[in-house]
Amino acid sequence: MAKTKVISAKEAATLVKDGMTVMIGGFMTNGTAESIVKEVAAAGPKDLTVICNDAGFQGVGTGRLLSNGQIKKLIASHVGLNKECGQKFSAGELDLVLQPQGTLAEQVRAAGAGLGGFLTPTGLGTTVADGKEIVTVDGQDYVLEKPLKADVAIVQGFIADESGNIRYKGSTRNFNPLMASAADTVIVEVEKIVPAGEIGPDYVETPHIYVDYLVLKEEA
Amino acid sequence: MERSEIKPFIAKRVAKELHDGDVVNLGIGLPTMVPDYLDPSVKITLQSENGFIGLAAVDPENPDADYIVNAGGQPAGIEKDGMFFDSATSFSIIRGGHVDATVLGSLQVDEKGNIANWIIPGKMVPGMGGAMDLVVGARKVIVAMEHTQKGAPKILKECTLPLTAKNQVNMIVTEMGVMDVTPEGIVLKEYNPEFTVEDIQAATEAKLIIADDLKPMI
Repeated sequence: MAKTKVISAKEAATLVKDGMTVMIGGFMTNGTAESIVKEVAAAGPKDLTVICNDAGFQGVGTGRLLSNGQIKKLIASHVGLNKECGQKFSAGELDLVLQPQGTLAEQVRAAGAGLGGFLTPTGLGTTVADGKEIVTVDGQDYVLEKPLKADVAIVQGFIADESGNIRYKGSTRNFNPLMASAADTVIVEVEKIVPAGEIGPDYVETPHIYVDYLVLKEEA
Repeated sequence: MERSEIKPFIAKRVAKELHDGDVVNLGIGLPTMVPDYLDPSVKITLQSENGFIGLAAVDPENPDADYIVNAGGQPAGIEKDGMFFDSATSFSIIRGGHVDATVLGSLQVDEKGNIANWIIPGKMVPGMGGAMDLVVGARKVIVAMEHTQKGAPKILKECTLPLTAKNQVNMIVTEMGVMDVTPEGIVLKEYNPEFTVEDIQAATEAKLIIADDLKPMI
C-alpha cells in the first residue's frame, strides 16, 4: 500500500521555486494551508503566479505573499478585502487577472479533468469576455474559458490517511479538492493523519493518487 | 422616511418575493436582512457560494463552528439538512438554474436589465467574486438597493459602469417602489405612498412605465 511522504511545512516551502505557478486553496483564508504559506513567505521564492479565490487579508493567507512582494501575477475572483492588493495593482507592482468565481473554479476543475476548456454564459457582454472566443451552441452564446493548471498546489484538508486520502471539514473545502487535481506537485496540510482505511472508501473526498506530500498543521 | 428605516423597509418588501421551498442566494449587506422578514410559513434554503446549502447563523454548540464562514468570509453556521461542497459544485448549482432567486445590491441598473455592481474604474478594484455567475444563473434576479446614490439616479437608461451582466435583472426593489424589468422597459408596479409617482420618476433616469394596477407597497 502506497504511503504518502509526510514533510514539514518548511520542507514543503522549498518545493515552491522562483517563477512558478502556485495554486492556494481557501476562501478568505477559510481553508488556506496557513502553516505552509507562512513558510513560503519565509523562504521567499519570487515572481510567483498565484491562483487563489482571493487575496486573503493583509498579511494572512495569500496576503502574506502579496505583502512580501513575492507575487508577480495574481489570478483571483475577489480582492476587495485586502486593500494592499488594490494598492499594489494601482502602483503597477502586480499583474491582476480577475475572473468570475464560478469560472475560476471551473478552470481549475477543467485542468484537473484534462479538458481543453469549457463554455459558460457568465461574463457575456462584460469586460470578462474581452479577447475571448464566443461560441454559439443551439442559438445561445457562451464564452470559451481555458483550463488553469499549476506547478504546485497548496491545499488544506482536515484529515488524511497515511496513503494520502483526504477529507475536508466545513466550508474549508471550497477550491481545495479542485486544486488537488490540477497541479504537478500537490501538498496537503491536515490536522491529523490516521492509518490507511480509517477514513473509509465511501468517505474519501480527494483520492491519494492526487496527493504527493502531507504536512501536519503546525500551531500558529 | 428616516434613513435608518430604509434598508429594513426594502428587505421587508423583498421577503414577500420568496416562496416556501425556494433556494436563495443573498448578497452581502441589505440582502442578508431579508430572512428576518419572511412569513413563518415560508422556509427557504440559503445557498452560500463559497460551498454549501443551508447557510444559518453561527451555532456555538456545533463543534465544527470554526470551520464555517459565509461568502463574506465571516463566521457562519449550517442547517441540519445542509451540505458542504467544493466551489465547482457550488457554481454548477448556481449556473445550472438550481437557485430560484438571488437578491443583491447594485451600483447601477438599466432599463434593459443590465447590472453594474462590481467595479468603479480608477477607484475600486474589488473583483466580481460570484456575482457574475449568480446574476446569470439564478432564475430570478432581484436588485435590492436605495433608489439613488446621494440623489443621483442609479436606475438608468443605460449603465455607464462596466457591466456585471447583460439583460439579467428581473425586479428592482427600493424605498420608493417595486419595479419589474420587462422587454418594454421598467414597469413601476408598486409605490411607497410617502412619494408620488412624479417623485419616483424624478429620481429615476429611465422612463418608467406605470402599471395599470399600480398599488401601494404597504
